[in-house]
Amino acid sequence: MSLDRAPAAILVEELHKSFGRVHALRGVSFAVPRGTVVGLLGPNGAGKTTAVRILTTLTRPDSGRALVEARDAVRDAASVRRLIGLAGQATAIQVELTARENLEIIGRLTHLPRPVVRERTASLLSRFDLAEAADRPARTLSGGMQRRLDLAASLIGEPAVLFLDEPTTGLDPRGRLHMWEIVRELSAAGTTILLTTQYMDEADALAGHIIVIDHGRVIAEGAPEELKERAGGDVLEFTVLERSELAGAAAAVSGLNGREPQPDGETGRVTVAVGGASARAMIEVVRRLDAAGIETEGLVLRRPSLDDVFLALTGHQAEHELRGRSGPRRRPAGSAAES
Amino acid sequence: MAASAQVLPAARVSRLGQTGWAISDALVMTRRNLLVWFRVPAYLVFTVVQPVMFVLLFRYVFGGAIPVSVSGGYVDFLMPGIIAQTAAFASFATAIALAEGMKQGVIDRLRSMPMARSAVLAGRLLADAIRMLVTVLVIVGVGYAVGFRFQAGLAGAAGMVLFAELFGIVICCVSGYIGLAIKDQESVQAFGLIWLFPLTFVSSAFVPIATMPGWLQAFALHQPVTLVINAMRAMALGGEVWTPLWQSLLWLGGALLVFSPLAVRAYRRG
Repeated sequence: MSLDRAPAAILVEELHKSFGRVHALRGVSFAVPRGTVVGLLGPNGAGKTTAVRILTTLTRPDSGRALVEARDAVRDAASVRRLIGLAGQATAIQVELTARENLEIIGRLTHLPRPVVRERTASLLSRFDLAEAADRPARTLSGGMQRRLDLAASLIGEPAVLFLDEPTTGLDPRGRLHMWEIVRELSAAGTTILLTTQYMDEADALAGHIIVIDHGRVIAEGAPEELKERAGGDVLEFTVLERSELAGAAAAVSGLNGREPQPDGETGRVTVAVGGASARAMIEVVRRLDAAGIETEGLVLRRPSLDDVFLALTGHQAEHELRGRSGPRRRPAGSAAES
Repeated sequence: MAASAQVLPAARVSRLGQTGWAISDALVMTRRNLLVWFRVPAYLVFTVVQPVMFVLLFRYVFGGAIPVSVSGGYVDFLMPGIIAQTAAFASFATAIALAEGMKQGVIDRLRSMPMARSAVLAGRLLADAIRMLVTVLVIVGVGYAVGFRFQAGLAGAAGMVLFAELFGIVICCVSGYIGLAIKDQESVQAFGLIWLFPLTFVSSAFVPIATMPGWLQAFALHQPVTLVINAMRAMALGGEVWTPLWQSLLWLGGALLVFSPLAVRAYRRG
């Protein structure tokens, strides 16, 4: 079977898709090796969802190829549907029905024999800590439990490739950690996972390889550590006590290793990428701020987050809508951002 | 679980052919939809309360003022009309459920699974047809309690119920298309099905058409809901069945030919 020679569980080549005048995808290519977790990272409207919709046979691309386990998502959609699971938003759940009924119905629709459905339902319920709530209507479950039930539903057919579309958006921190734990377990058991997220820390925590997309293009990809290196090494961060001193503080620390500081007008925080020589940079920053007579708090030196990476790659912050940040917008880094 | 995950589940899938699975999937979806209806008592109540109110209102409040030339009096005139309206209004649920499913991604989720794609629509329609039948039978019962009697035998009674059912299913296809196209339950509720009101009220359902102004009579006499109600009334009470029957069948067939492909297309496009 060609399946064994297939280099990747997911292979996407030059995908283009437009909705009217909106170009959702403008030539996206990437591969997901079998058994790995790959994070598809980007802000709202970047094209993540369109890519997943094409791979899960819900939308046809205008051009390009999307293969799942060497099967074409357009021409061989029926085979692809037997191989994949799609979860994320709690869309498989009928809230009036119980957790058990929901799983059994999805199992039946996956064309499994009844005894298999019953057996897998029971094991998924206990594995996802839903056994006690199994016979309560799904609407009475917490948000985290509903998400887990939804994920369980997508696993009942034991998919080889799992698409997780923003699986923790809207969950509380505990629900989020629980979901992360489950994703790690699934990955450890060998399931290939393509995870879309707008959260940098989520991609960092779960994915061994991250594909950053913005405006329908892949703008960078690599291991989380590689991407962080590209953001310019360590990051120094402090907050000014007086908001009026923000511009002065940014000016005082500019010119360190050739990277411009990023002042945030809303929080009063200044972020500077300081490259490799971080200890010296820290001393220099303290000196300059002291010389300028600017009082600060919370001066820290940290490893770059993927937020910093996104900023470095695209010139805009990925999550400003979500977290209410409104840092200064630089013009996109242009050709430097092309992958 | 991943060790076996690389293998296509084809081997575990039993021998039902494609058509067999399409039927099986449609029945599973039907069951799912009916379970929702049974599980929430409010849905059950709302489904029958509105038509019961209509029966009581027209039987006891307006009925006395509406002269009809039917042997059993106004209640006999009224019931076939109310039942047709009940069947048509049952399609609200179809439209709202499909709009909601499109908007919230439930239908997409189902379409990403190996189930037959037809099952979402077929299961919806079948569940709504069953629900409609239950509602119609309840209304017939309520009608009997307030003095309505079938006058053309059991065959006529059964024929009327079945024809109401057929009419309701066609309206479900039209409403279902609207729900799939609008994809927003609030909009569907607010204006998506407003066309049902003139069609059911400006008809022979509640009053003899001869009492309407001339310009309105022209519409009321020839529109499909009047033809359907006239056929149902003739089946229930006796009288000329065939003319209104074949005329309304032409309308219903035409509507089905136009709207079911539209609905399927709207569903496929997502």
